Amino acid sequence: MTVTAPTIGVLALQGDVREHLAALRASGADPVQVRRPEELAAVDGLVIPGGESTTISKLAVTFGLMEPLRERVSRGMPAYGSCAGMIMLADKILDPRSGQETVGGIDMIVRRNAFGRQNESFEAAVDMPAVPGGPVEGVFIRAPWVESTGAAAETLASYDGHPVAVRQRHLLATAFHPELTGDQRVHALFTEMVRSAH
Amino acid sequence: MSTPSTATESAGASAAAQRPETGTARVKRGMAEQLKGGVIMDVVTPEQAKIAEDSGAVAVMALERVPADIRKDGGVARMSDPDMIEGIIEAVSIPVMAKSRIGHLVEAQVLQALGVDYIDESEVLTPADEVNHSDKFAFTTPFVCGATNLGEALRRIAEGAAMIRSKGEAGTGNVVEAVRHMRQIKNEIGKLTVLDDNELYAAAKELRAPFELVKEVSVAGKLPVVLFSAGGVATPADAALMRQLGAEGVFVGSGIFKSGDPAKRAAAIVKATTFYDDPKIVADASRGLGEAMVGINCDTLPETERYASRGW
Repeated sequence: MTVTAPTIGVLALQGDVREHLAALRASGADPVQVRRPEELAAVDGLVIPGGESTTISKLAVTFGLMEPLRERVSRGMPAYGSCAGMIMLADKILDPRSGQETVGGIDMIVRRNAFGRQNESFEAAVDMPAVPGGPVEGVFIRAPWVESTGAAAETLASYDGHPVAVRQRHLLATAFHPELTGDQRVHALFTEMVRSAH
Repeated sequence: MSTPSTATESAGASAAAQRPETGTARVKRGMAEQLKGGVIMDVVTPEQAKIAEDSGAVAVMALERVPADIRKDGGVARMSDPDMIEGIIEAVSIPVMAKSRIGHLVEAQVLQALGVDYIDESEVLTPADEVNHSDKFAFTTPFVCGATNLGEALRRIAEGAAMIRSKGEAGTGNVVEAVRHMRQIKNEIGKLTVLDDNELYAAAKELRAPFELVKEVSVAGKLPVVLFSAGGVATPADAALMRQLGAEGVFVGSGIFKSGDPAKRAAAIVKATTFYDDPKIVADASRGLGEAMVGINCDTLPETERYASRGW
């Protein structure tokens, strides 16, 4: 493990950016906000936060970030997405809004709001052996789930029979929000992915 | 739509077999965290809801009349028709909020039964109870409430509100009251951060708010829930101003659908809310939007027509 902190961006177009910045800082990364292509070019890895996936997608297109995002992700930049971020990293959305684009990169199909509306939002312990120290606290808010994965994508955790945490080489996605819990183990896993990609 | 089952067959004795919990503070407050940096737009029809969603709104507020029309029409303003709310829920995939009258428990229960994602216990509607707000802990659906100052915000949080919006003066198209209330809340938070524990007891008494919440704000330097701005935002520059003053996002009511080109104005306000600190982008977003809503000078509003004074 190197002593220098990797610079990890948080896509700051909309969503729970501050919580991801704090979790990354606690995990030993040097976090920065990313809203512009030149800011994206300067980071070693990127978190796409929770938020509204339709809004984040639209703003990424409007402000010229979608193509640079795709290019960096396809060239190996580590990226982690929670909830809306998971949707953004999916190659395919089962039920997209018209014109809703994703960055893609993980060979999976996601279903938006699969666990239901806000009244069905829930928290529960989730077994995720890829992070040491026992189950993680899963906070699921109008959360998606993974409908199906391709051969290259590895399921790291499932809930109620549906994959909710997936990794494909340098890409990581969770349907739940570790950034809301104060438990930084998932962010530590991602920070380690960024370090080892260097 | 599927609800998480209470027992997972595959998990066996693992921790994942634990019963899922809905309606927790983390789930309610966490929902508002997902809306940060975004614009929540008032809509009165499914068509408007689609325009709002296509423009990049993070959520819509379903209501029967926008505040500007409530002002014009007068009379008692109530919860919207369930058919209208359901029509809007059907039309969009983003979260749908709806308003109940202050203290109207049953309107809130109805909104929860309809499956709205957030309930706004709102001063824009005619209050049903002039003493008590609803007990918001009794609901699975989270609540957002208005506040003109820190004490009011903390009293609402003590009742279970999971999100606060500064009230402003809805339906005026005039941002002056939104600015006043946001500055007031931020100023009072700032003052708490320099007080020691001895002083915090007196501060709690003056704020008429629970000591534990006052202490929490003093330590964190922010509210324990997300703080948005509302009431009078009509332009991209208004939205960017409120964010620079500390709002984590904005509600736009009459400002969009009472303007000349709602789709264009809505998209422009979304852009300015994200790049609130970049005047070039706010300038670009402000070009060629057509007529803004006319607006009302708040000084000429009689006391009885000031919605911000409703709620206590």
